[in-house]
Amino acid sequence: MRLKKSLMISAIAITSILGLSACAGAGGGGTTPPVAEKPTFEAGTTMAKLADAGAVTIGTKFDQPLFGLKAPDGNPVGFDVEIGKLVAAALGISADKIKWVETVSANRESYIENGTVDLVVATYTINDKRKEVISFAGPYYNAGQDILVLAGNPEGIKGPEDLKGKNVCSVAGSTSEKNIAAYDVKLITTDTYSNCLEPLRSGKVIAVTTDNVILAGLADQNAGEFEVLSNPFTEEPYGIGVKHDDDAFRNFINDVLEKSYSDGSWKAAWEATAGKVLKTPEPPAVDRYTS
Amino acid sequence: MDAIIDVTPIYLAGFWVTLQLLVISGVGAFVVGALIATLRISPVPSLRVFATAYTEVLRNVPLLLVLMFCAFVLPILGSDLDFFPLALIGLIAYTSPFVAEAIRSGFNGVPVGQAEAARSVGMGFIQTVSLVILPQAARMVVPPLINVFIALTKNTSVAGIFFVNELFKQTNAATRDNPNAVIIVLLYAAFLYLVITVPLGLIAGAIEKRVVVMR
Amino acid sequence: MSISVLYDVPGPKTRRRSLIASVIGVVVIVGFFFWMYFTLAAPRVNPASGVVTPGTFDISRWDILANPEVWLGFGRATLNTLRMAAAAAVLAILIGILFSFGRTSRYAWVRVPVSILLEFIRGIPLLLMIFFVFLVFVAGSYWSGVLGLALYNGAIIGEALRAGVKSLPKGQREAGLAVGLTPLKAWYLVEFPQAFRQMLPIILAQLVVLLKDTSLAYIVSYPELARTIGDDRNFFGSRYIFTLFLVGLLIYLALNLTLSWVARYVARRSGPKLGKVTPNQPMPTGGDGTRAITLPRKNYGPPDPPR
Repeated sequence: MRLKKSLMISAIAITSILGLSACAGAGGGGTTPPVAEKPTFEAGTTMAKLADAGAVTIGTKFDQPLFGLKAPDGNPVGFDVEIGKLVAAALGISADKIKWVETVSANRESYIENGTVDLVVATYTINDKRKEVISFAGPYYNAGQDILVLAGNPEGIKGPEDLKGKNVCSVAGSTSEKNIAAYDVKLITTDTYSNCLEPLRSGKVIAVTTDNVILAGLADQNAGEFEVLSNPFTEEPYGIGVKHDDDAFRNFINDVLEKSYSDGSWKAAWEATAGKVLKTPEPPAVDRYTS
Repeated sequence: MDAIIDVTPIYLAGFWVTLQLLVISGVGAFVVGALIATLRISPVPSLRVFATAYTEVLRNVPLLLVLMFCAFVLPILGSDLDFFPLALIGLIAYTSPFVAEAIRSGFNGVPVGQAEAARSVGMGFIQTVSLVILPQAARMVVPPLINVFIALTKNTSVAGIFFVNELFKQTNAATRDNPNAVIIVLLYAAFLYLVITVPLGLIAGAIEKRVVVMR
Repeated sequence: MSISVLYDVPGPKTRRRSLIASVIGVVVIVGFFFWMYFTLAAPRVNPASGVVTPGTFDISRWDILANPEVWLGFGRATLNTLRMAAAAAVLAILIGILFSFGRTSRYAWVRVPVSILLEFIRGIPLLLMIFFVFLVFVAGSYWSGVLGLALYNGAIIGEALRAGVKSLPKGQREAGLAVGLTPLKAWYLVEFPQAFRQMLPIILAQLVVLLKDTSLAYIVSYPELARTIGDDRNFFGSRYIFTLFLVGLLIYLALNLTLSWVARYVARRSGPKLGKVTPNQPMPTGGDGTRAITLPRKNYGPPDPPR
C-alpha cells in the first residue's frame, strides 16, 4: 500500500516536472514576431486555407547549426525557424500553432509535392533543377560554400584548389559534395556535417566543406578548434519551397520577406540566431522569377 | 530507365564495397566467434566469464553504437586506421557473438556420448573438441552460420553513415538525385542485396535438408 | 555447479594453473580498461594545429548532463523507442502468423507469392526497408519505422513458426483432420498453438533484436534514442560526442539487458521442456538431451537468431 502511494507521488512529481518543462520550453529562444490580426485572403488561395485552419506545417532541418537545430526540449531553433515564424505570423498563425517537420535533403521535394508540409525553410538552395519540381520564394539569405579547417590552418589551405587529392569530408548526395567533387578531392562522406568534425580532429580529413554559415556554426560550437576560410567559392541563395506554380503563395511569402527587410523583423530574427556568431548582412533582393 | 543507367556506376562501386565488407568481416567474425565459442566451454573460469560478458554486452548494443565507437572513439584512443578497417572492426565485433552462438548450438547438437567416448579413450579437452566435436558440429553449424552471414550482409548498410561508401549510402544519395525515380532506384538497390542474400539462403536451405537426412 | 564432460574434474595442480590463468586474464582485462580510461581522460593535443582540448572526462564535456531538459529529452526518446518497439512487435507477430500460414498454404496461388515476398523482405537490409516505406508509401517517420520493423521481423518470426509447424509429428495434423476439422481449423487449433509455444524462445529473442533495431529509424528522423543523441550532438556540438555516446550506450544496455532477461525468464517457463519435445524438433534448440556438452548446463536457451 505504502509502495503504491509513493509510486503515485513520484508519478505526480514526474508529470508536474514534464508539465513545467513544456511551459519553459515553448518560449525558449528566438523571437516572437507580432502575429497578424485576422488577415483576409482571397478565397481558395493557400493563404486563406492556412489562415482558416489556424495552423501551418513547416519543413526544416535539424542538423544545421545557426539555421535549424532541435533543442533538447524538442523545439526547433535557428534562423530558418525564425523565417518560418515570420511567414506564419503574417498568416495570423502564432509560433505555437506551427507544426515543425524534419525534412532531410532526400524528401524536401516530395514533402512539398504531396502536401506533407505547406512550405520548406531548410537551407534550401534555389536552383533550376529544383525549380522544375517546386517553386521558390526568396531568397532570404545568400550563403556560399566554404571550407572549414583546423585552427591556424596548419595545411595552409586558401581555397578549394588546394584540396586536390586530399581527404575532404562532406554529406553524401549534398550540393556541397557535388561542388567540391569538381576539384578532384578525395571525398569522405557521411549523413550530417557534425559527423565530419571528429575526422578533422584526428587528421583523417584535412577539411570539411559546406555552406559558410553552417561551418561558422560548427566552429562556434567547438570554440578554438576550427576556423572557416571565409572565402566562399559558390553562391547558395536560400529559398522557401512551396508547391510548384502556387504563385499566389509564392508572391505572398515574397511580400512578407520584403516587409520583414524594411520593418527590421528580418534583422531581429538574424540577431536572435545566426547573428550571435556572424555579422548582420544586407538582406538579399527577392527573386520574383517567372516559371 | 535513365535513372538505372545513371546510378549503375555508383551502385556497382557500392556493391563491390559491400561485398568486401561482407567477405572480410565474415571471415573475421568467424575466427573471433569460433574463439569466443571455445572460450565459453574452456576449463578456465575467467575465460568463460570473459567470453560470456563479451557476448552479452555486444549482443545488447545496437550496431549503430558499435560502429559509432569504432569511427569516433577508437581514433581518440590512438588508432590510425582508415574508416574501412574501422567499420570492419565494428562489424566483426558485432557479428562474432552471433557466430559464437551458432557454433555453440552446433556443439549442443553433438550427442553427449560422443564426448564421453572421446574422453574415455583418453583424449584431452583440445583433442576432444578438435577431433571429435568440431567435425560433427561443423555440418550442423553451417545453416545457422549462413543465416548470420545473411544478416551481416544486411548490416553492412549501417556502415554508410560512418564514411564507408557501401551500397546503401549510394542508394540514399541516388534517391536525392532522382526524385522522379525513387521507387526504381530503391528496387534496384534491393535487387543487388538479393543477389547476395538469396543464393546464401538457398545454400543454407540445401545444407539443412542434407543435415536432416544425415541425422 | 555443473561439470562438463569435455575435461576432468580439475585436480589441485590444474586448479592452481587455472587460477593463475584467471588472475592473468583479469589483470589484462582490467589493465586494458584502465589504459582506455587514462587515454580518454588525457587532454587531447591536436598534432596538426597544436590546439589542446580537455580530456574526455573533463567536466566541461559533461556539463550538458546538468541540464534537466537533456534528461527529459532522453526520457521522451526512450519512451519513443519503446513505443515503436511495442507497436512493431505486435504487428510483427501478426505478420509472422500470416506469413507462416500463407507459406504453408495448400494453394499455390497463395504459397508462391507469399514465399517470394518473404524472400524479398528477408534479403534486404532493414535500413533500406524503412527508407523504402518512408519514401514510397510516404508513411511518416513513426509508421515507416514501425512497418519496416514489423515486416522485417515478421518475416523472420514467420519462418520460425513455419519451422515449428514442420517439426510437429504428422499425426497431430492427421488427428485433427480425422476428427473432422477442416485443414484451416486443424492448422489454427492444433498445429499453430503447439508451434507457437515451441518457438516462443526464438520469437522472444527476435523481439530483443527488434528493440535494438529501432535505432535504425534514425534514417527517417524518428526521435527515438539514437536520433535524439544525434540531435543533441548537433545542438551542443561535436565535442560532446563521447558523453552522448556513453549515455546512449548505457540506456540501450539497460533496456536490452532487461528485455533479454525477461525473454529468457519467459522462455524458461513456457518454452519447450526437456523430455517433452518431439524427436525431430529443429536442430538449433538442441532439446534432445544433448545439451550437456557445453557449459552452463542449466538455463540454456536456444541461440538468438541473427538480427
